[in-house]
Amino acid sequence: MSILVDAATRVVVQGMTGGEGSFHTKQMVEAGTRVVAGVTPGKGGTKHEGIPVFDTVAEAVKATGANASAVFVPQAFAADAILESVDAGVPLVVAITEGIPVLDMLRVKNAIGESGRTRLIGPNCPGIITPGRCKIGIMPASIFAPGTVGVLSRSGTLTYEAVDQLTKIGLGQSTAIGIGGDPIIGSPFTSLLPLYEADVQTEALVLIGEIGGSAEEEAAAWIQSHMTKPVVAFIAGATAPPGRRMGHAGAIISGGKGTAAEKKAALRAAGIAVVDSPAEIGATVARLLGRA
Amino acid sequence: MNVHEYQAKEILARYGVPVAGGGVATSAEEARQIAEKIGGPVVVKAQIHAGGRGKGGGIKLAKNAAEASEIAHEYYLGLLVDRARSRLTIMASAEGGVEIEKVAAETPEKIIRAEIFPAAGFSPYVARPDQVKQFVALLAGCVRCFTEMDCSLVEINPLILTPEGKLFALDAKVNFDDNALFRHPDVREMRDIHEEDPLEVEASKSDLNYIKLEGGQVGCMVNGAGLAMSTMDIIQLAGGKPANFLDVGGGASKETVSKAFGILMRDEDVKAVLVNIFGGIVRCDRVAEGIIAAAKEVHIGVPLVVRLQGTNAREARQLLEASGLKLTVAETLDEAARKVVAAVGGAA
Repeated sequence: MSILVDAATRVVVQGMTGGEGSFHTKQMVEAGTRVVAGVTPGKGGTKHEGIPVFDTVAEAVKATGANASAVFVPQAFAADAILESVDAGVPLVVAITEGIPVLDMLRVKNAIGESGRTRLIGPNCPGIITPGRCKIGIMPASIFAPGTVGVLSRSGTLTYEAVDQLTKIGLGQSTAIGIGGDPIIGSPFTSLLPLYEADVQTEALVLIGEIGGSAEEEAAAWIQSHMTKPVVAFIAGATAPPGRRMGHAGAIISGGKGTAAEKKAALRAAGIAVVDSPAEIGATVARLLGRA
Repeated sequence: MNVHEYQAKEILARYGVPVAGGGVATSAEEARQIAEKIGGPVVVKAQIHAGGRGKGGGIKLAKNAAEASEIAHEYYLGLLVDRARSRLTIMASAEGGVEIEKVAAETPEKIIRAEIFPAAGFSPYVARPDQVKQFVALLAGCVRCFTEMDCSLVEINPLILTPEGKLFALDAKVNFDDNALFRHPDVREMRDIHEEDPLEVEASKSDLNYIKLEGGQVGCMVNGAGLAMSTMDIIQLAGGKPANFLDVGGGASKETVSKAFGILMRDEDVKAVLVNIFGGIVRCDRVAEGIIAAAKEVHIGVPLVVRLQGTNAREARQLLEASGLKLTVAETLDEAARKVVAAVGGAA
């Protein structure tokens, strides 16, 4: 078991023939992912890296049975690409693209809510990986190992840091998801926590949050009332000044709200093991699982 | 992106929002000419991005304040995106003219909220409880401005009601979504780089995400925003103070590393530098080559601690050690933080 993606997942890559899309398609295939199709309007009927290219997502789904999409389309066209997959009924869409306008995402998010059949991960995220079986995204597969720790994060390279610590002390991962650093994202923590709780492979969860918004507080409330598995949390940005956007569009303390201190307090109050140092994530998981 | 009050008013006026009359002056003489054109008492307001202008002495009444009583009431009106609910939200309050954060904290019941459903767009009924036709038109203009111009904030504080029953914006603040600037070149041109830290402006030209922090001594260079924030945090935990946030991007090429060193070395507060790169798709040995090349181009006059982790980290360490560069190599995050804090003479 794992969540959302496994060896049977059939992936269509939107924007596959572009620079980023092309590079990461190769990397995904090397990581064991079944990439069955690419979509680039105007290039339908051709092949790229031996993978058939279609003009539309609907055609790709019909011809190949794709049931997940990876979006590598540039910011100006990314919302359209996501909506195209939603319209084609693709159950899982992973949007890697950074810099999509907030109002575009507002539209997309509400359209997805109405369709009721698509889950969106991202945008502005590293993607999702079930080590050894399926990777939809840009994370380096080499640092991951199959195992029992779930990883759920708003960040990219910080996720790699945490995963690297886990792998080095012998703790593999069930499924790792980067949910994205934007203010409006497809799947906040609370929509994914139930999947980890239900997954028999997952024994413990690492939750990596950061300043801005209230997603961590909502996660704390859900974990307190529903989660039986141990959770280790880290919040980035304890030293971030208020009112400044720290790289991620969503990482901003506004009107005194969304600080790391508030989030840590909410998580601790919910009985979650919060580490102040990002260097202690792996060791703390090991301790909670009795493997230190 | 932030713009000045006069620019915000120009934009809102385009959407039919009544704003207080005025003009922009760059000298006392120009200000006098504009005042004569307006007639009556005028207010001279310094055009800076910072809030709290009144308290800071940036707003002066040019004639006696008696006529200011033409204001019957001051309201607050604000539009922003509620990220938790994924909706455009309107906030209004009868307690205008003061800091809205203060009202929100002390008397939240005095703020009215209304949501706009994206599919339906703005509908007049949202504003109708106020029974004011003018307000409906004004709010509709604000919503249209917000959605067409890709704003992140439209705020009118105060919104003035005159004794004659006329509504208009006395002050206005408009912020724009940086992610959407690519489709608003006219807004991009309104950027006032004098309002920003010169090093931050320089960094943005090289697509580096750099934020100067006050009172720090440890310069940081990191790939990825989350890891960059965490690196600042762990420096503080080790007893030091980070001098900046710097995300060189997920990749970290030789060119970006070189430019980043250039920025860090121009900050006189920086007494030591910590490079923390997690090589994922980008191999660490390539990043190490970048650091070695950059050190030849940019004089690094302070202690340098380098931590490269991830793909080909071992090869990277060998390259750095063989380079003859004066630097300290660290393996873990903890070790890197301790070593760089020791280098600035802090706790270690």
